[in-house]
Amino acid sequence: MAQAPKLTSDVTRARPGPRRRPWGWFDFVLLAAVACFCVYLAWRTNVVFKYNWEWSTLWPFVFRFDTEAGKWVPNLIIEGLLTTLRLAIWGILLAGIIGTLMGLARNSQRLLLRLISGLYVMLIRNIPPVVFVFVFVFFIASQIMPKLALGDVVAGMSSTGQWWVHVFFGSPKLIDNFLLGLLCLSIFSGAYVTEIVRAGLESVPRSQIEAGDSLGFSRLDVMRFVVLPQALRNVLPPMAGQFIQLIKDSSLVSLVSIQELTFMAQDVQVTTQRVFEVFVFVGVIYFVICFALSRLFASLEQRYAQANR
Amino acid sequence: MPSNIIELRGVNKWFGNLQVLKDIDLSVTQGERMVICGPSGSGKSTLIRCINRLEQHDEGSIVVDGITLDENTEHVTAIRREVGMVFQSFNLFPHLTVLENCVLPQIRARGSSRKDATAKAMTYLERVRIPEQAAKFPAQLSGGQQQRVAIARSLCMEPKIMLFDEPTSALDPEMIKEVLDVIVDLAQSGMTMVCVTHEMGFARKVADTVVFMDGGRVIEKAPPQELFGNPQSDRTKQFLSQILEH
Repeated sequence: MAQAPKLTSDVTRARPGPRRRPWGWFDFVLLAAVACFCVYLAWRTNVVFKYNWEWSTLWPFVFRFDTEAGKWVPNLIIEGLLTTLRLAIWGILLAGIIGTLMGLARNSQRLLLRLISGLYVMLIRNIPPVVFVFVFVFFIASQIMPKLALGDVVAGMSSTGQWWVHVFFGSPKLIDNFLLGLLCLSIFSGAYVTEIVRAGLESVPRSQIEAGDSLGFSRLDVMRFVVLPQALRNVLPPMAGQFIQLIKDSSLVSLVSIQELTFMAQDVQVTTQRVFEVFVFVGVIYFVICFALSRLFASLEQRYAQANR
Repeated sequence: MPSNIIELRGVNKWFGNLQVLKDIDLSVTQGERMVICGPSGSGKSTLIRCINRLEQHDEGSIVVDGITLDENTEHVTAIRREVGMVFQSFNLFPHLTVLENCVLPQIRARGSSRKDATAKAMTYLERVRIPEQAAKFPAQLSGGQQQRVAIARSLCMEPKIMLFDEPTSALDPEMIKEVLDVIVDLAQSGMTMVCVTHEMGFARKVADTVVFMDGGRVIEKAPPQELFGNPQSDRTKQFLSQILEH
């Protein structure tokens, strides 16, 4: 029996070769130009600028040897780094909460809520961060914080309680100071998060709300289970950018003596007179933190990609 | 005589200055299957969206299952609990799996336990013939499959009335049949339903009553044989000749 001829359309063929060359003459020229520029810079710094790098003076400020205890203990830079990390984690959390609530208020049907959140965003976005930090700390927060007497509260706690406070908020003696900086940073960053959340809420089509309504969801449930999760997923990339910005902006509160990484770096730089070593090192630390965060967000995005159209 | 489960009296509605519903009087009895047809912009979608208050009517009264639709949000919630709706564009929740799409509304709006809700969701997913897709996200399904999930999601709420707003208009021709088959099944089970559609074959097959609308008015209302076989108004004749030509 003769076999039916195989139709060519039934056979899956591999695509015949890549469509575009991944590497061409233009790439070589570009790479050469960049390399030349780097070599030029290196030559200028070594020969013309003539800076003697002395990294060894820096290390004792990272870890120092405690002769009394007979072991290595973290010094200023590490302490500053820990404060920066605390500011970053709490700041992201707090700015996220403030931004989400204010973002919801921006989209509220109530006029007063829209006015309050609109005013908040308008005020903060239109003044420079440094001005905000000074105004907030000296005119607003310093009137309120001492009245709370948080230092006394912590002093009255048990030793394990104090230990936890130390882990979460840093030295109990500086807790007023730390919370001040944290609040300042969160309120400042929260305004930008607000706008991102608002954009996210608006990106969710009305038909999704209608679907929730028609199933008998309460108003709050429609927001909580239908709109907000989709809104936040839609704005993950700008949100990642804003949180990375928050970490970098945390250096601003060094202006009001919050002893975080940049504050400590300035201290060390004054002591050692090694400006570039200190700031290059601190720059690398900031880069590592921010880059790690951006990777975290990228993986979140990838996880949600399958559910998106 | 069976009682009216949906009753509209003198319903008027405006979008801005445009009147989209004009003096609508319409009643649906328990177990009745009503198809609403008419040209685009005739107000048929607006009409059924008024029944579960996705749109508010400006004048007249709408009573559903003995509850009057008014400003009282408890009345609105009570009615929405009894009325299921299937949309033209499916409106599944894209961030939830198929199963979760069916489970979450039961938990939030019915107060069911997760175990009961899951069991019921699987029952209805089987009824619309896609239990094997339960773990997937809506975007991974074809249009026809998504619409069947949307029907299952509504049925999980055990509604007394189902509203269909052009359920097959966004589908490829090949998928229309699989969705209509499910709706026909449902019709035969005795569910009260109001369906806006252009599928005249479907209307002939399942409808007890066909309503023809144009310009915000109900022009004609009759059983399918009569409306298709012997339309009374010229406008209906003209519309039917347009769509039956193809």
